Amino acid sequence: MAELTEELSRVKAEEPGVPSTDVRVHPNPEPPRHPRAGTPTVVVDDLHIIYRVYGAATDAEKGNAANALMRLLKRQGRPQMKEIHAIRGVSFVAHHGDAIGIVGRNGSGKSTLLRAIAGLLPPHSGAVYTDGQPSLLGVNAALMRELTGERNIVLGCYAMGMNPAQVKDKFDDIVDFSGIGEFVQFPMSTYSSGMGARLRFAIASAKKHDVLIIDEALATGDREFKRKSQERIKQMRAEAGTVFLVAHNLDVIEETCNRVIWLHKGKIKMDGDPKTVLAAYNKA
Amino acid sequence: MSQPESATADAQAGGPSDGTPSAGQEPLAKLAERYGLRRAIARPSLPVYLRQLWERRHFIMTYATSRNVSKYSNSALGQLWQVLTPLLNAAIYYLMFGLILGASKGTVSDYYPEFLITGMFVFTYTQRAVSGGAKSISSNLSLIRALHFPRAALPLAYTIQEFQQLVISMGVLVVLVLVTGQPLTWLWLLIPVALLMQTMFNIGASLVLARVGATARDLNQLLPFIMRTWLYASGVFFSIGDKVTSSAGLPQWVADVMYFNPAAAYMELMRHLLIAQHEIRPYIWFVCVFWAVFALLGGFWYFWRAEEKYGRG
Repeated sequence: MAELTEELSRVKAEEPGVPSTDVRVHPNPEPPRHPRAGTPTVVVDDLHIIYRVYGAATDAEKGNAANALMRLLKRQGRPQMKEIHAIRGVSFVAHHGDAIGIVGRNGSGKSTLLRAIAGLLPPHSGAVYTDGQPSLLGVNAALMRELTGERNIVLGCYAMGMNPAQVKDKFDDIVDFSGIGEFVQFPMSTYSSGMGARLRFAIASAKKHDVLIIDEALATGDREFKRKSQERIKQMRAEAGTVFLVAHNLDVIEETCNRVIWLHKGKIKMDGDPKTVLAAYNKA
Repeated sequence: MSQPESATADAQAGGPSDGTPSAGQEPLAKLAERYGLRRAIARPSLPVYLRQLWERRHFIMTYATSRNVSKYSNSALGQLWQVLTPLLNAAIYYLMFGLILGASKGTVSDYYPEFLITGMFVFTYTQRAVSGGAKSISSNLSLIRALHFPRAALPLAYTIQEFQQLVISMGVLVVLVLVTGQPLTWLWLLIPVALLMQTMFNIGASLVLARVGATARDLNQLLPFIMRTWLYASGVFFSIGDKVTSSAGLPQWVADVMYFNPAAAYMELMRHLLIAQHEIRPYIWFVCVFWAVFALLGGFWYFWRAEEKYGRG
């Protein structure tokens, strides 16, 4: 919980000013300049994603089974149910060797778009076509705070689809890379937020990926760990066909990406080379 | 995790912004087809799905064990609660129905404590597996939205978690039944068969409820209701045969229909195996086999049909 708030405040601090007017920039149409014939790895075709969100219930309808039964009998939905149109018609083509940075305000649909590319969120309409299985660099959800680091490493590796031999093979690497030492025998709930983040990144990055999707993984830990993790990501990029990267730290995007997509309110506002797009994004 | 909330503000503020790039000359779907790209979300065929599930067996087992370990990690008595919970339940129900209400009349009065305790343990297994299954998708949305795996792994892991607890409970049950003076018989060898059939039914039922619970969020409010009704209708505290024919004076076929209830059938079977005097009608065996096969096959099929839809808002 504390970690989340910490992350939020960091994100908020780095967020650029809210654009007061809609700056209408026409993006480069898809194939103006890439003579190097990169074949497509990911095609996103007029993608729409809609979330259903349940608002807080009033006291009158909270809680017991009888109320729930009455609602079912009357065939009422929860009145607070809202539909959130998170992605509103996004189309682009990613090619082999691309490292694509995605920028945008909080809630502009970045994470949603990445999850849809990873095939984890079903599209409302439109489609995502991919070459191979894109994977999201994120294993946090499978881990349990009450368990020891050791158990979590094993659990996380299995959750990513490894077999026992691979887990045995990677185990020491993960412990070394995370640098948590003997803490691996203690429950994760006793870890500092930095240690937890390091262990999670070490587990998540232990596997090879075709299309790699990185959502805010770079800003964890101290300087030394940041350097190590950036190296690890470069190495992973070399192995992967395509990398998608979300980071609020724009330096990271400028350093690692050859293309940037700017999302605003679920639509692509700009799509092009990092310098142009980031300059426009910083101005907005 | 927080994107639905943070997306709210934008959706409300959302004016149309004209940012979509033109699709180019060639429709994107054609382009994707030309390069042999596949849709990111496509449901695999059922045999492929089952194979994927088998490949994830280590995850399923580890996830189940981990949940069991972390469940009691905060209590002083720890794993002992796995034994204490069913024991306390049996004690309370014995006090209520055996001593205060005097339900122990009729043919089961000679062996009422073991009759009650056996039923309680068997019913608890199904009840917990099914309730767990109903929550398995809806309470693991962040996991579903972060990683790829056959979603049936989750209800399966919840059932296996309950099975691991059941193994301990069965140890307690066997001891209790022996303490009440029941003899060891050859029928006891069939206990694993009965448990296997019940487990097959539990897996199937939790798969069905997992799919229902994934979309019908009100199910979690309703479920305690359904479970209690099921508990009373299944004859945990009384013999259905006695109650229907002797006390209520209804014809025998009413009892037969009530024994078609899977929970009642598995309880009757286990009582028959453990308690020497407890005779059951032969068709109970058939009911047990039927529900095991039907629920398992139907459950997998029903759950798999919505595989690509789990995890949507």
